[in-house]
Amino acid sequence: MEALWFALAALVLAVYVVLDGFDFGAGALHLFVARSDRERRQVLAAIGPYWDGNEVWLLAGGGVLFLAFPKVLASGLSGFYLAIFLLLWTLILRGISIEFRSHVADPLWREFWDATFGLASTLAPIVLGAALGNVVRGVPLSADGWFSLPLFASFSPSGELGILDWYTVLIGVTALAVLAHHGALFLVWKTDGDVQARSLVAAARTWPLVVVLIGAATLATRFVAPEHFRALAERPVALAATALAGVGLATSFVARRRGRELTAFLGSAAFVLGLLAATAASLYPIWLRSSLDPSSSLSANDHAAAPAALRAALWWWPVGLALAIGYAVLLFRLHRGKAQAAAEGEGY
Amino acid sequence: MDDPLYWHRLQFAFTITYHYLFPQLTIGLALLIVVLKALALRTGKTEYADAARFWVRIFGLAFAMGVVTGIPMEFQFGTNWAAFSAKSGGVIGQTLAMEGIFAFFLESSFLALLVWGERRLGPQKHFLAALALFVGSWASGYFIVTTNAFMQHPVGYTADANGVLTIADLGAYLTNPWGLVQYAHTMVGAVVTGAFALASVGAYWTLRGEHAAAARVSLNTGVVAGLIAATLVAMPTGHEQGRMVAEHQPIALAAMEGHFESGPRAPLAVIGQPNVAERKLDNPIHLPAVLSYIAYGDFSANVRGLEDFPESEWPTNVELLYYSFHVMVGLGTVFIGWMALAALWLWRGRLATSRWLLWSLALAFPFPFIANTAGWLSAELGRQPWLIHGVLRTADGASPTVHGGSTLFTTLGFAGLYLVLGVLFLMLVAREVSHGPRALGAAPHA
Ligand code: HDD
Ligand code: HEM
Ligand code: HEM
Repeated sequence: MEALWFALAALVLAVYVVLDGFDFGAGALHLFVARSDRERRQVLAAIGPYWDGNEVWLLAGGGVLFLAFPKVLASGLSGFYLAIFLLLWTLILRGISIEFRSHVADPLWREFWDATFGLASTLAPIVLGAALGNVVRGVPLSADGWFSLPLFASFSPSGELGILDWYTVLIGVTALAVLAHHGALFLVWKTDGDVQARSLVAAARTWPLVVVLIGAATLATRFVAPEHFRALAERPVALAATALAGVGLATSFVARRRGRELTAFLGSAAFVLGLLAATAASLYPIWLRSSLDPSSSLSANDHAAAPAALRAALWWWPVGLALAIGYAVLLFRLHRGKAQAAAEGEGY
Repeated sequence: MDDPLYWHRLQFAFTITYHYLFPQLTIGLALLIVVLKALALRTGKTEYADAARFWVRIFGLAFAMGVVTGIPMEFQFGTNWAAFSAKSGGVIGQTLAMEGIFAFFLESSFLALLVWGERRLGPQKHFLAALALFVGSWASGYFIVTTNAFMQHPVGYTADANGVLTIADLGAYLTNPWGLVQYAHTMVGAVVTGAFALASVGAYWTLRGEHAAAARVSLNTGVVAGLIAATLVAMPTGHEQGRMVAEHQPIALAAMEGHFESGPRAPLAVIGQPNVAERKLDNPIHLPAVLSYIAYGDFSANVRGLEDFPESEWPTNVELLYYSFHVMVGLGTVFIGWMALAALWLWRGRLATSRWLLWSLALAFPFPFIANTAGWLSAELGRQPWLIHGVLRTADGASPTVHGGSTLFTTLGFAGLYLVLGVLFLMLVAREVSHGPRALGAAPHA
């Protein structure tokens, strides 16, 4: 039962990154791929129907952790205290920029929110990536299951560790590159004209960056957390996920060059999903590894809610998930085809 | 200063109070928009559709603020109240996860369709989008209020030797009697907010002689809904809440009423200042025996005063609790009279020309926000010193590793950010109000 909930929580969080990831990528790139006001509104029209629903996957993932692994949620969120608030503020600014921007036609107003939107969408993947880096490397959990890390201490590889340091920032930058590439492919699929042409260029330019950074991140991870690779090699699920990531990355490349827009985007989605699934499968059953003493790690087996809580949630949670998937499918069907900038006052 | 607990409480209180300013408006408007759109479908009159379109835009702005201020709330359980979350996640994790998966997905998926999709969807399907938002926001209210009700009156759980709680009876937890009463009261409280907003804007347009049709629809709908909701908020829901508190939180009741001495035929204090040091109410105006009746339905019932309980069990801020509760009940009473008067004038056909009454309605919109905030302050301060009543002390719920300074820093960050967002929000709402309802654009954009 704990394994099932571990998998579900990891899956929901990975889906969150895939979905909100394309919003972040599009937001981080929109200052470059969309130059005029009409083009910017086309980008907003492309992500407008989805971004809020995508963000709810984060809340849903948090919800699963809360009900199934409360101690993990509590220890992680309080230990990463300042970084979490950084993430929350970027999410606030991102959402508000999208909603407020088009309400006033003044060019300065719009420029301001465009810049804010771009900045928030750039920072959020870095923070999320850094969080993943911390989870992979481990944190100074003490025997009672709590920890606290400074936001940053030293960026030297031999210096003191912080939430942000050379390794986690590397993972953060990698996440930004991966999601920028992902967002570019989303825009290639959902837009046309100049925005699409520039997004295609952005996707072509970020792809080699993704390959190089993923390689660097893999090497660095071998160095800071070698045990993952042993687990990875032994677990069929982890191997399958790694293969999915590899195939996804290759597909995104080939399909993009052949002009298969949707296939390229789905390839990128498979790549992101595969990467995260492989990470989760090699971490299992550990949620948070203790860098002080392995026996203080928070694991799914020892830190799950009591079976009664896990069983109760099985009654309703799948129903809710099915509904959520249903809404998403309905939305993509209703908005199929290329997104067009809405008339002034009638859309984002 | 360096007590983290103090800053955690201040931060949570500030962010949740600010968050709730927006959901109370969207919860109320969601219902009224469904009503307006239903009337538009039934009568085929464009004035209802135009008014609904205007209120959908306000809804969209308030909703965006509700979303961005709500996301930090969800995380603060873990960041600021980690010990509480670790102990109670086996229970309240259920409803918090339900809220995400049943309510937030529904709301967030259909919001853009409601706000921007009227032409794309056509009247019938657009009505369904409004209905989806209504169901989503009222479901969201249910799940979060049920979570809070568990903290006020825990049911349906078991505790192990370490004080870790687990759900034992999901059905009992979801139908917590406290929760059902609290839900009914909170939702009609939100409808009061929505109805006053309609009436205020309608009155303002009428005074200016603008947007005549939409002004009439908003004003009349606001006044009728306002009278109904203002009545329901006091009777039966407010009264039932009071009886719940009397039954399960007698200490909170005594503090809310500034009732220090026990005794039968307990008087109700209409006005007065609690003097905690001397354990009495200064300058009171009393209604004899009324408190006994309200709490127990019997004028001669004994109501226990604070003196009966050790001070360590008293709410930590008796004065604020007392004033908040009296502000809520006082405003609630005024609302009924105000809306009854407006409804009477409406019925006699004199509302639209009665400038003094229109002026008062135009200025009325802030007061339900005050009443709702005061109500939550009463509930949350009355719960002290418990985080989960009778089960977990507030002092034992805070995060063990977070420094007070970090919490002060993030609280200041929220204060600055929320101030700016609040100003911008008001500015955008004011622009919409002065622009008035928009026509449904004719040709689809090429
Ligand atoms: C427009 C808003 C509004 C108005 C006019 C009223 N209330 Fe209220 N009240 C609320 C909005 C509210 C609320 C915000 O919805 C609260 C806070 C927590 C809750 O469950 O509901 C609340 C709580 C609340 C409580 C519970 C406090 C606790 O849990 O300790 C009681 C006893 C009442 N109310 C009673 C009343 C009475 C007798 C009213 C008579 C007029 C009244 N309220 C008007
Ligand atoms: C929107 C309405 C609400 C308002 C205005 C409100 C207000 C407050 C206030 C003023 C406090 C501080 C009390 C003190 O420290 O003395 C507080 C604490 C708290 N509230 Fe609420 N609250 C609201 C709704 C909720 C809901 C729905 C929940 C749960 C789901 C909740 C959970 C908490 C928690 C966990 C604390 C911190 C612990 C404590 O101090 O008791 N609140 N709230
Ligand atoms: C009286 C208490 C509360 C009520 C009635 C309430 C209701 C709502 C409603 C109706 C929404 C939809 C957005 C809107 O209409 O503005 C919303 C948004 C939100 N609320 Fe609250 N809320 C309350 C307190 C809380 C608390 C304590 C939390 C934290 C657990 C919370 C978390 C959220 C989140 C995360 C969102 C954004 C959802 C999205 O992205 O769609 N709320 N709230």
